[in-house]
Amino acid sequence: MLSIKNLHASIEGKEILKGINLDIKKGEIHAIMGPNGSGKSTLASVLAGREMFEVTQGEIIYEGKNLFDLSPEERASEGIFLGFQYPIEIPGVSMVNFMKTAVNEQRKHRGLEPMSSSDFLKLMREKKELVELDAGLANRSVNEGFSGGEKKRNEIFQMAMLEPKLSILDETDSGLDIDALRVVANGVNKLKSPENAAIVITHYQRLLDYIIPDFVHVLYDGKIVKSGDKNLALELEEKGYDWLKKSVVTS
Amino acid sequence: MSVETTDIDVKDKFVELYNNNQDILKKGAPDYINQIRDEAFQKFKKLGLPDKKNEDYKYTDIKSLFNNGLKTFLSPKDIEFNVDDIFKCDVPDLNTEVIILLNGWYYNREKQLAELPGGAVIGSFQKATEEYPELVKKHFNQYADNEKEGLVALNTAFVKDGIFLYVPKGAVIEKPIQIINLLMDDENDFTQHRNLFIFEENSQASLVVCDHTLSTSNFLTNSVSEFFVDKNASLDFSRIQNEHNGSKQVSHLYFYQEKDSRINTNTISLHGGLIRNNINVLLNGEGCENNTLGLYLTDKGQHIDNHVFIDHAKPNCTSNQLFKGVLDDYATGAFNGKVLVREDAQKTQAYQANNNILLTDDATINTKPTLIIYADDVKCSHGATVGQLDMDALFYLRSRGINEKEAKLLLMYAFAHEVIKKIKIPALQERIHELVDKRLRGELSRCNFCYMNCK
Repeated sequence: MLSIKNLHASIEGKEILKGINLDIKKGEIHAIMGPNGSGKSTLASVLAGREMFEVTQGEIIYEGKNLFDLSPEERASEGIFLGFQYPIEIPGVSMVNFMKTAVNEQRKHRGLEPMSSSDFLKLMREKKELVELDAGLANRSVNEGFSGGEKKRNEIFQMAMLEPKLSILDETDSGLDIDALRVVANGVNKLKSPENAAIVITHYQRLLDYIIPDFVHVLYDGKIVKSGDKNLALELEEKGYDWLKKSVVTS
Repeated sequence: MSVETTDIDVKDKFVELYNNNQDILKKGAPDYINQIRDEAFQKFKKLGLPDKKNEDYKYTDIKSLFNNGLKTFLSPKDIEFNVDDIFKCDVPDLNTEVIILLNGWYYNREKQLAELPGGAVIGSFQKATEEYPELVKKHFNQYADNEKEGLVALNTAFVKDGIFLYVPKGAVIEKPIQIINLLMDDENDFTQHRNLFIFEENSQASLVVCDHTLSTSNFLTNSVSEFFVDKNASLDFSRIQNEHNGSKQVSHLYFYQEKDSRINTNTISLHGGLIRNNINVLLNGEGCENNTLGLYLTDKGQHIDNHVFIDHAKPNCTSNQLFKGVLDDYATGAFNGKVLVREDAQKTQAYQANNNILLTDDATINTKPTLIIYADDVKCSHGATVGQLDMDALFYLRSRGINEKEAKLLLMYAFAHEVIKKIKIPALQERIHELVDKRLRGELSRCNFCYMNCK
């Protein structure tokens, strides 16, 4: 589904990603862990098409297409979803209007008719329950005045609405208490299917108690320095990132 | 009868026009009006038209507007059009009988004054000077500033027609009254209408005023409106400015508020080559509330200049000013908002904000929010912002599959929404919502007519 080869990316001349290689197949969940500043969020942004990052080398093939040929909105319509670490507040744009526009724009991209209002509202109701979001949310402006937990649940709600093929969750767990974490993880697990895949970016092993990854990768200084199964996350939890930093230096 | 105003010294032209046509101007007007007219003429002779050295007109070149070969008509011209063809109104909850001014003259010459529920009267200002001399005498030219504003003195000197509205004590007019200023001629006109609105104690009304051009000629309008809002009366006033880009208008609104009165105004500027709005509010009694809001959406070479002055003369009053604008292409604009809190006006609450989005590097806005406070126990704030669309928000929307153009529209609409949501009449709010959406999409220019034109 996704193949990243020797990806280098920089911002304002400073190289952040220094040669990432990663292959993701349908049905897989990949966890990417790493200390602050290792490039986790940059990788997520590059995948979603954030223009402030400049890709200097390498390629990303997604579903047979060169990802760099696609605008952020085309990537979304092709099934890529980014759950933001810091969801943006947009006063004046209601959640309903936002989601309705997004769903219908994506449908248009796929050559489908816009969804009727009643079907749309029904879909919203269903998906809201999945992440236990307050019923009053729909009429509020996007993320405006939402608590930290509500914002993260709102990300999962949007993911549920848009049914992406590849979800990238950027530190969706940080800042959540354990109840909110369960709700978020539960949402992700329910949306999992043999047809889609997910990249779960996290700083803490805790999330991986709830979302069981097929692979764990450790990102350090812009490179994947270690890959393994879910046990790698436990090892990291136990030994800390310093263990890894040392092993990188020595190897 | 018409005279062209092409010369550089426009003031002299108007002086000549006045001197040579006094008989036409004064004919049919009562003596008390003509006396005020003569006084105003003398003031105009002294003041002339404001130039750019005048601090209040620094960003809008008024004088050059007059060098356009415009004609001034001292009596109404016969211009035929079928009202029903143009205004097939489907907005519910608005008074279906629309009041029309055509080139500054009351359009319905057959019935120049009409009764509204509760003993209210609406119609031609000219007719009202004859039929309601006591009311007109009491309020006409009492609130407008002829001392400093040459344009107001000019309007007063040439006063003929406009709208007269009288809402007596305790009357509540449930349905909003719609007034349409139409400009239509095959010649380039300079028009000046004069409106007088009187709202007595405990009365309540809402007004919707739309400015429209129905022909492609160049127009220049210099209008003056006076609003007297008595104790505990309530007025909602919305204005939609939607003239073509060859037209220019300067409007002067004077709101006089008595104790416990409430006024909400929304000035929505959608189209027009040059728009200068002077909005003056005098809070002359305790417990008044005033909300003065505006939204302007401009592009190409349009110019918008909003000039607001709120005078807190008495204690315990609240005022809110919010003006928001989106400027595209090489459009230019200015905002000048002044709040004066006089020494007596303790416990004043006054808020003022002007927010702008510039969509290009060539669009410009000059904004000057000012507070002048002489009282010591007040709550006041002011601020202005000039910025671009929020790039983080834009990316967030695009990352959900919304294309860039649509995402920008959503953000601009969200920006404008803060003003639109304050419009009190639901049907009107909805209509303005649609209009703003169309305007932002660049589709409105196709619709040259009134927003009521629902064909």
